[in-house]
Amino acid sequence: MLIKLVQLAHCRSGDKGNTSNISVIAYHPEFYAPIKNQLSADEFKNFYSGVIKGNVTRYSLDELQMLNFVCEGALGGGVSRSLCLDNYGKSLSSRILSFKIEINDNLEKLLQ
Amino acid sequence: MTIRIGSGSAWWGDRISPAKDNADKGRLDYLCFETMAEATISAAQVRKRRDPDFPGYDTWLDDRMKAVLPGCIENKTKIISNQGWINPNGAAERIIYWLRKMGIHGVKVAAINGSLITEDVLSLTDTILETGERTHSLEDKIVSAEVYQGAEPVVQALSKGAQIVVTGRIADPSIFAAPMMFEYGWGAGDFMQLGLANGIGHLMECGAQVTGGYFADPGLKDVPRPWDLGFPIAEVHKNGTAVITKLEGTGGVVNAMTIKEQLLYEVHDPYNYITPDVIVDFSTTCIEEIAENRVMVSGISGKPRTPTLKVSIGCEEGFIGEDMFFYAGEGALKRARLAETILRERFKIVGLKAEELRIDYLGLNAIHGDMTPEIKHEPYEVAVRVAARTATREEAMKVGREVDGMAVSGVGMTGKRVPHQDRTREIIGVWSSLVDRDKISPSIKLYES
Repeated sequence: MLIKLVQLAHCRSGDKGNTSNISVIAYHPEFYAPIKNQLSADEFKNFYSGVIKGNVTRYSLDELQMLNFVCEGALGGGVSRSLCLDNYGKSLSSRILSFKIEINDNLEKLLQ
Repeated sequence: MTIRIGSGSAWWGDRISPAKDNADKGRLDYLCFETMAEATISAAQVRKRRDPDFPGYDTWLDDRMKAVLPGCIENKTKIISNQGWINPNGAAERIIYWLRKMGIHGVKVAAINGSLITEDVLSLTDTILETGERTHSLEDKIVSAEVYQGAEPVVQALSKGAQIVVTGRIADPSIFAAPMMFEYGWGAGDFMQLGLANGIGHLMECGAQVTGGYFADPGLKDVPRPWDLGFPIAEVHKNGTAVITKLEGTGGVVNAMTIKEQLLYEVHDPYNYITPDVIVDFSTTCIEEIAENRVMVSGISGKPRTPTLKVSIGCEEGFIGEDMFFYAGEGALKRARLAETILRERFKIVGLKAEELRIDYLGLNAIHGDMTPEIKHEPYEVAVRVAARTATREEAMKVGREVDGMAVSGVGMTGKRVPHQDRTREIIGVWSSLVDRDKISPSIKLYES
């Protein structure tokens, strides 16, 4: 079954200069593998098309069931130069919650 | 042995009453304040230039200290704070003033200086980390430059008997790591312990972000009484474990999810999180909920520190002009779109020289910009927000002046803010570089109330 990430994981974004990092944290250990297998750095960057202008690097923390996406060029030139109302990009993480992940039907009972 | 370290603030604008609660009721050994953002030092320099009477330390220093000093003195809680900004001595003198006014004598306050290197930055640094260009290319634009100091000077001040330590720029986790290093005698060579100390410091530095702030998502992640969040307290054991908790009776939540979200906040490579004291490895972290609002964190590890310290260089980089106006009811979006057309034509007529111009519709595409899904519904109300980045303030002012024109020369049924707020601001761009740590010499000045 195809499920939006919002039911599988939670997230938080942080800023450093013109780089935003967005963590994706599985609600349940069983959700981690399908997320990790389907949400690559490239998929992530495509989902933020038009906003992330630079490279995306993905770090995996398997023991903690969380991923960290480091997105260069995501903050409109940097927090102080950005013309975006949300110049720190604090709301950027919510975007990825609409990303769809295919999960095994037997995980349905665990959904958030 | 366990020490209790509480958070007093996570940024300049943070709430003050949770700090007072921690001071009064937290049975703390240390209360730590983080009050700076990346551009705080540069912004303070600009303000000082314009207003020589600006003391140069946290503008909330009086309010914070008046709130926490009685509790901290009563409970023998030491204070570590980066409220010194560009004037740690001034901040220490002001704290002495409040102590004496409260009739509290014999308290030692230390100011730590040596972070500001504006005069020498070009000889001490070489390359801009973000661009690879030489720092010399910034020469004409530099407002301020500061080194991120580590915990060591704070530890030295504590060994000199200081009960309150106030610093300029210091790495945020180091503010919290310093008490652990001082109490447990951990030095630069104890990098596993420093990894834990800075890792726990990292969890604490953003205050309520680990106790249910910046977290709630209704129906998915609910937070009890989110209007009354307690600031975090870390109970750090000498064996290298810590319990993150908060005062009983406060709102908020501490659980594995709040810890995990904060663990990676503003972290890039979690295997190599570089602080002045150590390189933290978060990949080995163990997180265990041991009771309600009590989470045991262990296993955060460390690697030897780098030979360099990070330098932030603040530069004058022009101005932003910004304003907004409003439409509602039948046909609101159509009128907003016509208003945008008028503005774009007006900017051509007045020759606006903008490096970037952005016109958004609040509620439709102002936050996520180009990645917003296509607008298919007719909104009941729309705010049109226009912003431009320019080289001069004169150009930036054209944004507000043209929005003024929308009042009587614009579209029907236009709502406007009059009187308007300040519609231009200057940009202080922040660049990073590295300096050899041997070339930086912090100094400590001691005061007594």
